Amino acid sequence: MTGYILKRLLSAIPVLLGITVIVFLIMALIPGDPALAILGSYATPENVAKLNRDLGLDAPLVARYFIWLGNMLQGDFGQSFALNRPVLDEVLERFSATLLLAGVSFVLCAVLGIAAGVISAARQYGMADKAITFVVLLGISIPSFFLGMMMILIFAVDLRWFPVSGMKMAYGGGGFVDVARHLVMPALALSVVATGVVARLSRGAMLEVLRQDYIRTARAKGVGEGRVIWGHALRSAMVSIIPVLGIQAGFVLSGAVYIEMVFQWPGVGRMLVDAILKRDILLVQGGVVFVAACYVLFNIAVDVAQSLLDPRIKT
Amino acid sequence: MSDVLKLERLSKSFPVGKRLFGAPKGVVHAVRPVDLVVQQGETLGIVGESGCGKSTLARMLVGLLPATTGRIEINGEPLNTADPAAFGRKIQYVFQDPISSLNPRKTIRQVMEAPLKRLHRMDSAARARRIAEIFASVNLREDFLDRYPHEFSGGQAQRIGIARALAAEAKILILDEPVSALDVSVQAQVLNLLGDLKSRLDLTYLFISHDLAVVEAVSDRVAVLYFGSVVEIGPAEDIFRAPRHPYTRLLAQSAPVVGRPLRAPEGRETELPDPLNPPTGCAFRARCPRATEQCAAVAPDLTAGADTDHRVACFHPL
Amino acid sequence: MTQFLALLLRNRLAAAGGIVLLVVVVLAVLTPVLPLANPDATDTANRFQPALSRAHLLGTDHLGRDLLSRLLWGTRLSLAVGFAAAIFAATLGAAIGIIAGYFGGRTDNLIMRGVDMLMAFPYILLALAIVAALGPGLGNALIAVAAVNIPFFARNIRGVTVGLAHKEFVDAARLSGLGHGRIILTEILPNVVPVIVIAMSTTIGWMILETAGLSFLGLGSQPPQADLGSMLGEARSALITNPLTSIVPGAMILVIVMGINLLGDGVRDALDPRLRSGALTRPMPATRVDRPTPPPAETEEGGAVLALSDLQTQFHVKKRVYKAVGGASLAVRPGECLGIIGESGSGKSVTALSVMGLVASPPGVITAGAARYDGQDLIGARYETLRRLRGDRIAYIFQDPLATLHPLYKVGDQLVEAIRCHRTVSKAEAWQRAIDLLKQVRIPNAESRASSFPHEMSGGMRQRVGIAMAMANDPDVIIADEPTTALDVTVQAQILSLLNDLRRERGLAIVFITHDFGVVGQLCDRIAVMYAGRIVEQGPTEAILTTPAHPYTRRLIACVPELGEGRRKLEAIPGLPPAVDRLDPGCAFAPRCEKARAACLTGEIALAGSGQRAVRCLFPETEIPSEQSA
Repeated sequence: MTGYILKRLLSAIPVLLGITVIVFLIMALIPGDPALAILGSYATPENVAKLNRDLGLDAPLVARYFIWLGNMLQGDFGQSFALNRPVLDEVLERFSATLLLAGVSFVLCAVLGIAAGVISAARQYGMADKAITFVVLLGISIPSFFLGMMMILIFAVDLRWFPVSGMKMAYGGGGFVDVARHLVMPALALSVVATGVVARLSRGAMLEVLRQDYIRTARAKGVGEGRVIWGHALRSAMVSIIPVLGIQAGFVLSGAVYIEMVFQWPGVGRMLVDAILKRDILLVQGGVVFVAACYVLFNIAVDVAQSLLDPRIKT
Repeated sequence: MSDVLKLERLSKSFPVGKRLFGAPKGVVHAVRPVDLVVQQGETLGIVGESGCGKSTLARMLVGLLPATTGRIEINGEPLNTADPAAFGRKIQYVFQDPISSLNPRKTIRQVMEAPLKRLHRMDSAARARRIAEIFASVNLREDFLDRYPHEFSGGQAQRIGIARALAAEAKILILDEPVSALDVSVQAQVLNLLGDLKSRLDLTYLFISHDLAVVEAVSDRVAVLYFGSVVEIGPAEDIFRAPRHPYTRLLAQSAPVVGRPLRAPEGRETELPDPLNPPTGCAFRARCPRATEQCAAVAPDLTAGADTDHRVACFHPL
Repeated sequence: MTQFLALLLRNRLAAAGGIVLLVVVVLAVLTPVLPLANPDATDTANRFQPALSRAHLLGTDHLGRDLLSRLLWGTRLSLAVGFAAAIFAATLGAAIGIIAGYFGGRTDNLIMRGVDMLMAFPYILLALAIVAALGPGLGNALIAVAAVNIPFFARNIRGVTVGLAHKEFVDAARLSGLGHGRIILTEILPNVVPVIVIAMSTTIGWMILETAGLSFLGLGSQPPQADLGSMLGEARSALITNPLTSIVPGAMILVIVMGINLLGDGVRDALDPRLRSGALTRPMPATRVDRPTPPPAETEEGGAVLALSDLQTQFHVKKRVYKAVGGASLAVRPGECLGIIGESGSGKSVTALSVMGLVASPPGVITAGAARYDGQDLIGARYETLRRLRGDRIAYIFQDPLATLHPLYKVGDQLVEAIRCHRTVSKAEAWQRAIDLLKQVRIPNAESRASSFPHEMSGGMRQRVGIAMAMANDPDVIIADEPTTALDVTVQAQILSLLNDLRRERGLAIVFITHDFGVVGQLCDRIAVMYAGRIVEQGPTEAILTTPAHPYTRRLIACVPELGEGRRKLEAIPGLPPAVDRLDPGCAFAPRCEKARAACLTGEIALAGSGQRAVRCLFPETEIPSEQSA
């Protein structure tokens, strides 16, 4: 098992390098002179040339890539010009907030989604199935940012159950209760779409598995129906559900960008959108690479979980 | 009689455990170097159990798989191109699963026209004439032509598969388990049709099957494959009646025969050798009651005894 | 195509979604000619007018622009961008996927590594990076959304193509002289198109959401031009004071996407052949029983442990009724082996599975008859009663042991479960018993084999496990459904002799289902021959094989070549077995029978004969003393 984990980690290295190449190339596409954008009204020809030299932008493309990569490997993601602080510090601070939000949403979507899918499949065409199918359909059709706004209107403004925004954690202070109160609405809003997708997929996977011969075998042995569904069938269905959970983690992270905007959550998504609008290139680059790298590591964990479940995967 | 199909040291090995860089972790020899000669107008049966390499061999013969070593000669001409179309005019293939060998989204007419158009460049009038002719010869009604494959039963679909193979006008047909997917009552219909076509159109067959009785019933000669090698080859009427290789005898004794009392011909519970770690010497020796040290050291070659038609790869033949 | 539309319209939800979508699309198309206010004309004096106000049906936004007009123009824009992105992503992704899947090898490896690289990003990061590079704007947002979806299409289509590229019909096309280009266009593409359509119809809603999302963030359409996302984004600052301006565009997105999703599901259901045949329904724990007539009275079959009388099982698929089993009566005594022989579709397996309610339902329904174990009728018995008997008193062995053993459990655990379903014993005790069972079925190294997974064993070993599982609770009856059909002859011989030994040692009753006369001839004491769902002949093995009474039996035996007879022309039965959804009255074999007369085609022909031997034929091959005892 350790060998397999090591192997997967090693195989992640080319993927991580590929990510940096893609990000770097996309950023190199930027038309015009980034120094111009950075300097704004201070852009005299001398200033631009000097800044280009300082940023290493006058070097050839390949050299620039390796300088950037080398710096990142040493923990230097560069300096955000708009915030005037090191990119890595900013990204780490913001990412911890995103991680909290996305993590809670992910757990919600996995647990609720799988449970709903299994129940739905087990009661195919029954009332529970119809109700779940309808709710799921609504969930995957509603834009999460619109849902978030409606939740604010109803639960924060009308009912006053939860605060609109302004979680204190990011600014220091604020205990568990404060964080939890602020977390409920955004986490729910964020998890709705992913829950729907997971539920649909789980239902499909369960229906597929329930038709298999080995389910008939289990029934022929006299295994009770509860164990057939939640044991034999779900275990096999998990083989196709787990990879989707990996993909859904990416969707939750992505959806977090909208939710952070709606709920003023001090996360990395909002940081990226602001950085794009301000053309803070190094911050965008650093943020994207960092989050993508975390996602790659998460997917390795998913693969490991998959190999623990399915003995047919060669470890 | 002339040799229409000749295989010399034909073999196929597959790499396993591919790596991104460097050599694969191991090699499986699906077919070990095989020499075979098929005569004009004969049916050569090939029998063997699953994993013995019979389908791999068949696919190499029609160019669907490139051979690792060796050569194929048809009518004395070497056939070394990897282009299936070049094979297509000389040698054709009838598939095991009749339904999945027909594209579900093409009508039978489209299926039938492909070889006429691509291999023989016929114009549409000539094609229509030829299709009518072929359909008559396999006892299919022409109104089937505008239907889709899912509308046919297995037996009908297999006739269509045979009709398509005939359309290429190849003189050699590789029949890869052509009746295994069919029910016995339909199986006999298809086998008889194949027999008729052969004598009428002067065809040569390579008939591959795991069913000993079927092979015996349709073949002139039979080759027995075990673990990628031909272990015995001889006239169909002798090979199961008087087998010389211990494996052939085991096969013949295992086939269920009405009236023969039920017993396991092998006392031990045995399994096939592991293709990733093939044994040295004769592959059958672990299951063979006659095995000696010699069998463990060298793999026996296919040699003729007193009877040159009946050859066996065994140091201690029966 | 017409069939597709008919299927689509039959699905009420899909039709509803389609209609909603159609209305929205028509409105969007007609927007330029509708009498609407200029969507960009600001009028700050009249900002935030309520709905239904004069000249503004839906009111105005924060700059006093007419909301209805902006909504329709925005819808038009959102739809156009969403569809464009979907078509773009689908075309490019499918092309990449087909090429990778068809050519395989290095091409595939290279392409898929690139795709994996793109999928290693949470999609929005890639989209944000693209927008960051190209600059905010609707066109760039479209490119970003399409680009991040290409990998999904490519991977999906590649998977399907790989499956197709190895299909026999592709090989056949190659042998017919088709080149790669033609094979891709005429063999692969037509089979991939439905998958592309399904993938598109299920992701198009998603793409509309994504473009709306980018606009919402201010990275898509730029003012004054507005799509639904940017309308929502602009309205957000006034969410609490004037929720209407947020609700209107948000609700529109919801309506559009929901309509698309409903329609997309319908499209998927109509195009997916498995769904079309109703295969994706889950089988219930026990077969549905709908027995309008009371079960037949218990017959005086002497000492039968399992007796079926007039069992009828049907498959109800849409409006068709397939009479898979049209009345089967059988009995098996302890220690006896009864063979049921027949061709595919004869109903032999369905008969066997009906006994314990294991016929998949839907579509299976048991409609008449009884199956009595020790006098107790199992048809219509309570589920719990059935469950207690399953595997305990009556056990099954199935055909393909790779498919019938659970792939993710160790074989030892599967045996332990079989034991602990019916006995309260400790895990350790059950494990020991499992190892004993494996030894009894002559598996070498039983102790270590118990910890193996099914895929680590050979076919013969797996079937031994299947037999061990059936033996786990010392049942009275074992029903073996073609247990050796998937095995090689040498392995088959081992398994058959094992089964034979076990039944002699333990006095088991075996019902053995097969299509192979050689196998029944060696193993079974009595045989029942089935044709088109009915038993046509029944009797001792010896008698049936040497002097078959039904013409079908005689000719079926003649069809089978036997080893050692040399080269010969085979007997064949012309024609095909009848479809069991439209059986004509009379003898089902009559159309293929050379002895058939007019009388064979009318009315019910009874299974007539003595207790030992019976035949369902008016003109049997050999006379059987009839009606001595029923």
